[in-house]
Amino acid sequence: MVPILSGRIQTRLFLLALVGSVVTLALVPLLPGQAPLSERYGDAFVLLAAVAVLGIGWELLYHLLMQLRWEKDWPSLFGLLTGVPEGLLLWALLRAGAVPLAGSAPPGWVFAVHFGVVWLAVWLVANGPMRVPFLRWRFRGGRLV
Amino acid sequence: MEYVSAGLPGELTPRLLREPQWTDAMVDEAGIEVRDVPFVSVGGGIGSFVTVNYLRIAGVPADRIAVLSTIDHPWQTYEYLTRVSQIPRLERIRSDSSSRPDNIWGFPSYALAEAWRERTARPLLHVLGEPVFTDYWTPRAGTVFAGLARESARIGYPDMLVKGVVRMVRRRAGGGYFVILTPPAGSTATKRVAYRARFVHLAVGYPGLKFLPDLQAFRETYGDFHHVVNAYEPHEHVYEYLKTTPGTVMVRGGGIVASRVLQRLMDDRARYGLQTEIEHVFRTYVSGAHGPHIGSRRKGGHGFAYQGFNYPKSVWGGQLKARMRRLEGEQRAAEYRRMGGTNTPKRRKWQQQMRTGREAGWYRAFQGTVEEVHPGPETRLTSIVKCGDDTRKIVSDFIVDCTGLEADIADHRVLDDLLTHGGAGRNPLGRLDVERTFEVIGTASGDGAVYASGTATLGGYFPGVDTFLGLQVAAQEITDDLARRGWCDRLGLLRSTSQWIRWALGRPVEGSAAWSRS
Repeated sequence: MVPILSGRIQTRLFLLALVGSVVTLALVPLLPGQAPLSERYGDAFVLLAAVAVLGIGWELLYHLLMQLRWEKDWPSLFGLLTGVPEGLLLWALLRAGAVPLAGSAPPGWVFAVHFGVVWLAVWLVANGPMRVPFLRWRFRGGRLV
Repeated sequence: MEYVSAGLPGELTPRLLREPQWTDAMVDEAGIEVRDVPFVSVGGGIGSFVTVNYLRIAGVPADRIAVLSTIDHPWQTYEYLTRVSQIPRLERIRSDSSSRPDNIWGFPSYALAEAWRERTARPLLHVLGEPVFTDYWTPRAGTVFAGLARESARIGYPDMLVKGVVRMVRRRAGGGYFVILTPPAGSTATKRVAYRARFVHLAVGYPGLKFLPDLQAFRETYGDFHHVVNAYEPHEHVYEYLKTTPGTVMVRGGGIVASRVLQRLMDDRARYGLQTEIEHVFRTYVSGAHGPHIGSRRKGGHGFAYQGFNYPKSVWGGQLKARMRRLEGEQRAAEYRRMGGTNTPKRRKWQQQMRTGREAGWYRAFQGTVEEVHPGPETRLTSIVKCGDDTRKIVSDFIVDCTGLEADIADHRVLDDLLTHGGAGRNPLGRLDVERTFEVIGTASGDGAVYASGTATLGGYFPGVDTFLGLQVAAQEITDDLARRGWCDRLGLLRSTSQWIRWALGRPVEGSAAWSRS
């Protein structure tokens, strides 16, 4: 899929809500933590929401960078690697206590596993299976509505 | 196959030829057999196939569709053209991994399927790195044909295929159309057969090849079809000759076909130790990156403009697709000019071969306009080439025209008739004017519609028409438009998913002969 700006944002929000939630539901009980499960879920979903909200800003930046490309495309590798700066920024904000509703920052590796697995799952779905139920999605620059 | 049935009844009458709209009685009076099929696709190539594929998957039964064609299977013409232009079955075509004419979802992509089939992650790693670290991964021609054969059987395509030459499409009084078919001689009781259809789809492909004017003049003047060839016609004799005698080939053009012909010449040179020399003439010589501003530059060099596919990638679903959809008239034509132009992929192997040739002096590329070609000395050819202020005489044994010029759409009989009698018009690039839904503007007839897809519609609201993915974009728009008209179901989320599962399991689409037997 070669995105347009609204398609980028819609796809991100949709896939984080769907794939991100499923992955989070499955993963959180497997990650270590002292707090009760419900609290850990709460923190994990706040993180997910933060990826979505910050992501709107990131997508604007990616859209601007894409304008420097002749083909106005966004190679799938970019979609994977942009997880690194996004993850680092979110981690920094967490550590600084700048993410509203978030509890204390989890251990670094727990954050990395959660963020990494969600990112990878969303990227994988966006690069193939998404086209099965949403037949028109790839021809509309990622727009769902 | 013979298509002339002298002496049979059912010929087109002068009245039918004259009238833009026919009544049932007029066709009856002419004694032409009438067959009722609501959706008729004319062409039978990949354009017809992907459209019919969409409709079948959307739930349209096979007996409500007819494909009128002179070819036996949808990839026949494509395979012929790729083979003669130096892409045999084992070579890779210029098409994206997820542009699958045998799979409307594009998933699994060709790369994923190849990785699965050959139990290797290499195609996937290749796709991951493209186009930044590697060339675009592209499928083998043979893989594409095998997939089409499988899907053709799955949707019952042979049941829908009717052999014959389509002569014209005329409006029918009361709505819909008559499509006049000339079947193979002896196969029907009447010379012509009229398909009475509510919807007609035209996917007739390239109207024909056009030669460069100087090469056309040479062939007409000297009757020499041996030394001056078009890359899209069989020209194996050129390569065979060079294996026996050292010679010089002039290559004209800077697109993918020129790259393919160069590769063949250079591969043979290396493989058989030949002495082949290559003179490569570019009418437009691209010496570096080019474009209107820093954010809009295409790579280029040594004559070529470089691009992975024949259009910038975002025409198939990204920004350029969205932008073009809003443009009209001259603005649209200008946008086509901005992103268009002949181009070829920057493949590492080709770059290496050309570099070797340039350094050794046997590959010579230059900008020039050929003014005239004449025979001699002896059996060779002399091209008079204007290079800036100089005029050079270039002697070669063969000239291969790789410019891929296309004939005017009116050179195709059915399109010409539609322009003359059917109300169709031309778009800003001079081709068939279609709506965003691919309905041919001006041809509506009652509750019926004529659609067109493929190269005949280049210049419309969607640019990438003459590509696998472009044909699928058109097929989707057409299917959605037919659903809006209430003729078929809209292919929604659940049906799309359930049909994909059937595809993955190789199970036939409902409503085909194969399905009723399963």
